[in-house]
Amino acid sequence: MTDPLLVELSRLQFALTAMYHFLFVPLTLGLSIMIAMMETVYVMTERTIWRDMTKFWGVLFGINFALGVATGITMEFQFGMNWAFYSHYVGDVFGAPLAIEGLMAFFLEATFVGLFFFGWDKLSPRAHLAVTWLVALGTNFSALWILIANGWMQNPVGAAFNPDTMRMEVTDFIAVLFNPVAQAKFVHTVSAGYVCGATFVLGISAFYMLRGRHIQLAKRSFVIAAAFGTASALSVIVLGDESGYEITDNQKMKLAAMEAMWETEPAPASFTAIGIPDMQDKTTHFAIRIPWVMGLIGTRSIDKQIPGIFELVERAEKRIRDGIPAYDALEQLKADRSNAAARARFDATSADLGYALLLKRYVADPRQATEEQIKQAAWDTVPTVPAIFFTFRIMVACGFLLLAVFLTSLWYTMREAPAPRWLFRMALFAMPLPWIAVEVGWFVAEFGRQPWVIEGVLPTFLATSHLSVSDLIITILGFTLAYGTLAVIEVRLMLAAIAKGPATEHTETSRSAILVPAQ
Amino acid sequence: MIEFLFDYTTLRMIWWILLGVLLIGFAVTDGFDMGVGTLLPFVAKTDIERRVAINTVGPVWEGNQVWFILGGGAIFAAWPALYALSFSGLYLAMFLVLFALILRPVGFKYRSKRDSRRWRNNWDWALFIGGAVPALIFGVAVGNVLQGVPFHFTDDLRPIYEGNLFGLLNPLAIFCGLVSLAMLVMHGAAWLAFKADGVVGERAAAIGPKAALLAAILFALGGVFIFLGWFGGYEVTGPIVWDGPSNPLRKIAAANAGAWLHNFQNMPLLWLVPLCGVLLPLVAAAGFRARKAGLTFFASQLSIVCIIATVGLAMFPVILPSSTNPSHSLTVFDASSSRATLRNMLFATVIFLPLILLYTAWVYRVLWGKVSEKDVHDADHAY
Repeated sequence: MTDPLLVELSRLQFALTAMYHFLFVPLTLGLSIMIAMMETVYVMTERTIWRDMTKFWGVLFGINFALGVATGITMEFQFGMNWAFYSHYVGDVFGAPLAIEGLMAFFLEATFVGLFFFGWDKLSPRAHLAVTWLVALGTNFSALWILIANGWMQNPVGAAFNPDTMRMEVTDFIAVLFNPVAQAKFVHTVSAGYVCGATFVLGISAFYMLRGRHIQLAKRSFVIAAAFGTASALSVIVLGDESGYEITDNQKMKLAAMEAMWETEPAPASFTAIGIPDMQDKTTHFAIRIPWVMGLIGTRSIDKQIPGIFELVERAEKRIRDGIPAYDALEQLKADRSNAAARARFDATSADLGYALLLKRYVADPRQATEEQIKQAAWDTVPTVPAIFFTFRIMVACGFLLLAVFLTSLWYTMREAPAPRWLFRMALFAMPLPWIAVEVGWFVAEFGRQPWVIEGVLPTFLATSHLSVSDLIITILGFTLAYGTLAVIEVRLMLAAIAKGPATEHTETSRSAILVPAQ
Repeated sequence: MIEFLFDYTTLRMIWWILLGVLLIGFAVTDGFDMGVGTLLPFVAKTDIERRVAINTVGPVWEGNQVWFILGGGAIFAAWPALYALSFSGLYLAMFLVLFALILRPVGFKYRSKRDSRRWRNNWDWALFIGGAVPALIFGVAVGNVLQGVPFHFTDDLRPIYEGNLFGLLNPLAIFCGLVSLAMLVMHGAAWLAFKADGVVGERAAAIGPKAALLAAILFALGGVFIFLGWFGGYEVTGPIVWDGPSNPLRKIAAANAGAWLHNFQNMPLLWLVPLCGVLLPLVAAAGFRARKAGLTFFASQLSIVCIIATVGLAMFPVILPSSTNPSHSLTVFDASSSRATLRNMLFATVIFLPLILLYTAWVYRVLWGKVSEKDVHDADHAY
């Protein structure tokens, strides 16, 4: 059995590096599209202010992109470094989308991003525009393939365990590609990235408006950001991730944890707006419930039932019991691979093998597990409910606040009257919100997946590399130091670039008073 | 014909070759970035000179680096056991590489954003480390692979690595690190001689022949060490099932000091590859002196191809030998992905790799021509 501390540290390091990486990725996603839109306006209208806007936001994009790439390298290699058993166990399925991401997406964005910066004098406006769109396209494809990989961890379709190679192998690649969980995740995550980009542009433009600087650039950027942000925020909320949550037992468990829903209620279930979930007493104190809403969100229907935590634990317990014969058959196959009877038994029961592996936390051989241990393992399938419950609510609150910010901004950009100063202050102060939302959103999705690293297939505590605790301490300290330093440098460079403003100033006076702040 | 292409044995052979293509693609493209980083303090003294050197790779290093990332992804997809073992086994060495590689993107991007001498000097050091450290460690890794790495599998195929960082840094491995460093410095110098105008290009052309000569001598010396059996060697002694399941516990292999020469002895034509690995750096050295920058860069590229290919050919079909439990070594026939994954990935590669080569070529064409001090001075976007 692996040292539990090693498992915790490996998880901590992955969480730290992934969450840090994800500070930069969403902004890259959103900003690349917005820059491409600005440049499109330039090429269509030939008005140079749009080119200068593209260049200005391009500088900020570049500072952000560099760290996104640098921290992404860590992600690509950390599976092998820290999760060697995982890598061997599922590499046949999980590795392919990562490799295709490199082939199809990352090569595209990285090859053309250099030309975006260096190609202004070397390319025709149209060719340069094409380059910019290719960068944006590459970035978004990149997200697609990463989320196909991640979606498979949440809903491992199209694969089966092969006892000859002791690992999961792909049986239906098309199913892996069109995994409904991956699709829901892609739309939700990419939209969230667009919201980040829009909030960023909106906030910095508002800052300029408040200071009365670079008004021409700022007001055009503000309008684009308000429109793009409204569409994206609506998309994040309407096409929320939870559309994929009715598919598997573990996704249902995640949903139940998000809602602290202990008992199965008759459909349509009520929504617990707020309360204090208690893992000890297995109940939610001081819950304020809104009838019907949960059923509507979770199933998009009024007659489908959503199972509660107690019911899901019972199901898990049954699957653990069903998994033990699979484990037994596999052990016999390991001893004698020509044992046809064992192979037949394995094929019949292998879907629950992963559940038997949950017992390895308590006993080396799951066949020796006591009743008590089986019950304990079944309760292990419940993630830490309060953590999921509260982070989910923070994410949703940020989402609705941002929608309000964008709708208000859009409303004022469509009016002829001068916009009030509080509008711009609001836009400025809203800047941290999307980052809070994406970070806690990632936490809900991945912490809510526990105890599994691959849902129903491989428990997290079995997935690590054979490393020492001191190895992990060295690298965690190293990453923290390096990433911390880079964060400080990045923020200072961003602030310097914002203080400096665009290279060329446009002073043309616009006829309409739209969006000029009231004095 | 099509049937033959999708045969498990053929797919494994193709992916063994593609493994080499990716490593070589990485060394040939990102290799000159690392070489330029290593050469930075030596070929460029003033700020503007350093900016010339940096801007020769400025627009392309990002694309080049994807070869490394794609290499990682493709090994994960096609050789999962190799991915799992090599990166967890070389854990702290990999961390050093990552650390150095993280410095590089930010170094390029951020260095010239502030007009402070200390700031820029610090980033120049970061770029030097970001070039020299990975160049060295990749060679060290190859040196360890040639000697065998201490690992075994449990019966669940859980990889257990038994060595430590200091075991990795043994003299022969460091020797291989120096081969790699000399090779990539030669390559960086060839790139600078080709792309950098004025004094930077000239200094590079002066350092280049020394690095090329060193690369040739060290590589030849490596061959001598192999002959002497210093690196050891491994061979599969039991029967080989070329299209069997990927389970490294089902074969018998053993250490044999002469084994890394067997493929050359069985197919003498293969000797051409290491021979070119020695001769081509000499051609590059002559090219530097004759001021034929294009020829030099081409010769340098081919040298890298031959040097890396030599290692692969010597070890085939072994990919990662285990020194403590040779029968657990990873080989072409028992460490790959399933047939379906190799086939799917081959489809993706056949579609996208030519596209990548095509648009990469286009980008290099757009950026064709030397980078001068004036270019760097005039352009507001230059690093």
